[in-house]
Amino acid sequence: MGKVAIIGVGQTAFVRGYPGSIRELAFDGFKDCMADAGITVKDIDASIVCSAPEYDKQRSPSGVFAEYLGLNPQPTFYLESLCSSSTTGLKLAYSMIKSGLHDVVAVIGFQKMSEISSAESQERMGRGTDVQWESPFGTMMPAYYAMFAGAYMEKYGATLEDLALVRVKASTYGQINEKAVYRKAVTLEMFSDPENPMSGPVSSPLRVGDCCANADGCSCLIVASEEKAKELGKKPVWILGLGSASAPVNMAGRNSFTTLEAAEIAAKQAYKMAGISPKDVDVAEVHDCFTIAEMLAYEALGFAKPGEARDLIRGRETYREGSIPVNVDGGLLSKGHPIGATGGSQVRTIVQQLRGEAGDIQVKDPEIGLVHNIGGVGLYANVTILGRS
Amino acid sequence: MGKREVDDRFKKFGTVSFTSITKTNDFVSQLEQGKIMGTQCKGCGLRFFPPRADCYQCMKSDMEWFEVSGTGKLLAFSKLKYGPVGFEGDLPYCIAVVDYGGCKVFGRIDKAIEDRDIQIGMEMKAVANTLPNGQLNYIFTNP
Repeated sequence: MGKVAIIGVGQTAFVRGYPGSIRELAFDGFKDCMADAGITVKDIDASIVCSAPEYDKQRSPSGVFAEYLGLNPQPTFYLESLCSSSTTGLKLAYSMIKSGLHDVVAVIGFQKMSEISSAESQERMGRGTDVQWESPFGTMMPAYYAMFAGAYMEKYGATLEDLALVRVKASTYGQINEKAVYRKAVTLEMFSDPENPMSGPVSSPLRVGDCCANADGCSCLIVASEEKAKELGKKPVWILGLGSASAPVNMAGRNSFTTLEAAEIAAKQAYKMAGISPKDVDVAEVHDCFTIAEMLAYEALGFAKPGEARDLIRGRETYREGSIPVNVDGGLLSKGHPIGATGGSQVRTIVQQLRGEAGDIQVKDPEIGLVHNIGGVGLYANVTILGRS
Repeated sequence: MGKREVDDRFKKFGTVSFTSITKTNDFVSQLEQGKIMGTQCKGCGLRFFPPRADCYQCMKSDMEWFEVSGTGKLLAFSKLKYGPVGFEGDLPYCIAVVDYGGCKVFGRIDKAIEDRDIQIGMEMKAVANTLPNGQLNYIFTNP
């Protein structure tokens, strides 16, 4: 069985209040991807739609999208793994192609979060944790990650400034990413100014500036067999490694609050499958839903030893010019985080990097890129390794 | 035909409960009596907190209750400035995980404890608590 490639990537801008319905949002992302791939709907023989369903009035959006995008009568289905849905979709597409059942599969990730209030959205996100035993205490995503931040800072002596530096980096690139919802600069001074909204407390120790924003958006990937990639693809990028793992949903089941164990396991699997080590990665996209999440990712992926993530961010090693550029598209912190669309957007960035088409954020001549996409509070983890050859 | 009686005791758990019917409903009655209970599998002895009705290790569904007693160590915590819908009246409050050796417990920290006195590693005991709206939960407090 041959290799599997990504032959098309696309996404909408991530925005607050997309002025259309979810099928129209999906069309915009799909259209961008199809233009990139240079193929027609006839070339696609299956589609996978990925999102977190609790935001939608529409049940089973895959059927609606297939009709609207002209993807009938090919099979289509719906998949969710919280914030990691679209990289789970990518893994599924890989498996469907590798099995020989399909040749070209579209992975469409979307989320329209703006139809409900921020508080309602937080409540729905909180329900991605243990609703029977945790939610009755009043939980939210920032609070869970804040527990990790507090435990991490206590154990390793990392500071609020280290966390803020992650946001400052994100904004450096968010400002030049026209797809990002947050396009403004963020400085360390903002975090130390009690009058500035960035410094406002959310859930201790995390502040407003440590958290990504809700957004509406759609991403799309076209995944193809080696044969089809060579026939249709202009610049195929190859899937070299896939790792995924899960962890107990209830925090009472976790062994550590200073790492996401599922991410560590997924990373090991992906490196093993690709036959590479962390130092071989030239550019990475990590799931920075909160600043602490990016620090934890550096360590789970082996870019830094436990407790040493701060050295990477302080030394600017994860900037575009550094030894391991991370989230040079602004990350979730600047781009925004439309749950189901996020993983596909991360993959899009890495594919563009490996093709040498990343424009102002292009890192120098990358061969291998990595995507780290997390669902829930480390409940699900997908690590995907992509290569130019 | 009379209405079938429904055991929905679990709807009393927490400020807002998202579950009403569970095989672990006795947890709520025990909480009413001031006890925080986990379950232990009669087949293989594995202990669970939060309590569960079924054991994945030996696949039996025969549990007995044990009390989470004594003191544990605070592993992680965070104080929420914003809460989800339905929890606004409780704000601000602190969520936490405490390790009791045989099991870990997720819950809230007693509001009477000052922020400056909350330290990772401190000893805490879990006690049953009645919320202002009459609902029940448990909180971690000084031993």
